[in-house]
Amino acid sequence: MAFMTPTIVKNFFGKPATRMYPITTREPFSNARGELYIDVKECNMCTLCARACPAQCITVDREKATWECDPFECVYCGVCVDVCGRKCLHQHDQYRAPAVEKFVMHEQGEIKKKPKKEASDSA
Amino acid sequence: MARTIVPFGPQHPVLPEPIHVTVTVEDEIITDAVPALGYVHRGLETLADVRDHVQMIQVVERVCGICSMIHAACYVQGIEEMMGVEVPRRAEYLRVIWSELHRMHSHLLWLGLYADAFGFESLFMQFWRIRERVMDLMEATAGARVIISVNVIGGVRRDLDEDQCKWVLSEVEDVEKQIRQLQTTMLNDYSVKKRTVDVGVITKEQALELGAAGPCLRGSGVAQDMRMTGYGAYDDMGFEPIVETAGDCYARGAVRFRETLQAGEIIRKAIAGLPEGETSVKVRGRPKGEVITRVEQPRGELMYYIKANGSKNLDRLRIRTPTFANIPPLTAMLPGMELADVPVIILSIDPCISCTER
Ligand code: SF4
Ligand code: SF4
Repeated sequence: MAFMTPTIVKNFFGKPATRMYPITTREPFSNARGELYIDVKECNMCTLCARACPAQCITVDREKATWECDPFECVYCGVCVDVCGRKCLHQHDQYRAPAVEKFVMHEQGEIKKKPKKEASDSA
Repeated sequence: MARTIVPFGPQHPVLPEPIHVTVTVEDEIITDAVPALGYVHRGLETLADVRDHVQMIQVVERVCGICSMIHAACYVQGIEEMMGVEVPRRAEYLRVIWSELHRMHSHLLWLGLYADAFGFESLFMQFWRIRERVMDLMEATAGARVIISVNVIGGVRRDLDEDQCKWVLSEVEDVEKQIRQLQTTMLNDYSVKKRTVDVGVITKEQALELGAAGPCLRGSGVAQDMRMTGYGAYDDMGFEPIVETAGDCYARGAVRFRETLQAGEIIRKAIAGLPEGETSVKVRGRPKGEVITRVEQPRGELMYYIKANGSKNLDRLRIRTPTFANIPPLTAMLPGMELADVPVIILSIDPCISCTER
């Protein structure tokens, strides 16, 4: 134990190693992978993210133009962010706050009105 | 002398994870130890049937909650070999840096738990305090504290810029300085030695015969480390394994302690030699064939067997973790020891049970 004495003395007079959480919190580092969010206006419902997600927590409905994600199954891996061609998925640097009840993130995109076919007909 | 059977675990204050050992004692001396596993089996290998080979990266990362990056590195290394992908050199160097950061934090975690096992609470807190800085390094460079998810097939997802490299170097140096301050306590202290020297001895022959891995093997005087094979960028690191000869708990602790410092050394070398260039290459197609890959995890040699048939899902994924290999040596360490030494001996193999049971 004698070898610990300098460390113990230093700890005794030094700054504490812990914070007064939750009064003081440490900010996350700038590119930490946290809570997922979508800029749904940019999304074209290509379903790439839903197919790539390892947790299978994203559901995209092309017909109804809805994008859904179960945030309580998301593992913050950021794979969906990487695969999205429209770059409309992003992650905050803070993780999601704990919740009392579970819910599903539901986003309504724009329903495209019969695109290509008519366009090609008229052309 | 009456024989008594004492159940040790699965819930025990010293165990971070559940393992059960049926210990037979005569008076206070252990005569037999039979381990029982299977409390935290999750069936991750079977998930390969429903998740494709790219999604499996995120799955194998969760095999181990401590050295997640090294599991993923081993897996992608296997897939890359199967698909004949040439990984950019920079990516291989970055993998080394993150692997060694993982080794550092894993060993610091273990050193703390070990100190706790022989009742040295303040040493435990010191090690974990230092470890917190390594965790910060990982969050800042890779985006998460433990499951850093940096590996992709064909390279890595994140890069280190010059400022980050400098910061990592200075932090690592500081961390090493703090670890060195605890060196005399860990390696020379009377009470530490009293609990660990000549406790749980396995000889070199026994270690080889029972198939020990990692610090358990190197603590018994066998210089075997997968990093010696020079996988990834380890061929440029001039790696020398750390070996102790006594084969007791003290030797295993000393190996890990010195490896923690060595990890810092390797990180320095890797950052100094970090080549310019891409961090990943685009990979097309699906894997086909059969491959065995091995890497060195903090606990020892990790082996992946991957069989693929060219479809989205793998045919078979088999993961052999080092703790699995270290269970037979554990049963050889216990007989002849006192019952009070069981926690220290079990911890001395650095058991990672969730890993073992996958
Ligand atoms: S971060 Fe990962 S787990 Fe979460 S939604 Fe995206 S791909 Fe799925
Ligand atoms: S990948 Fe991007 S564009 Fe495609 S559905 Fe997902 S969020 Fe929308």
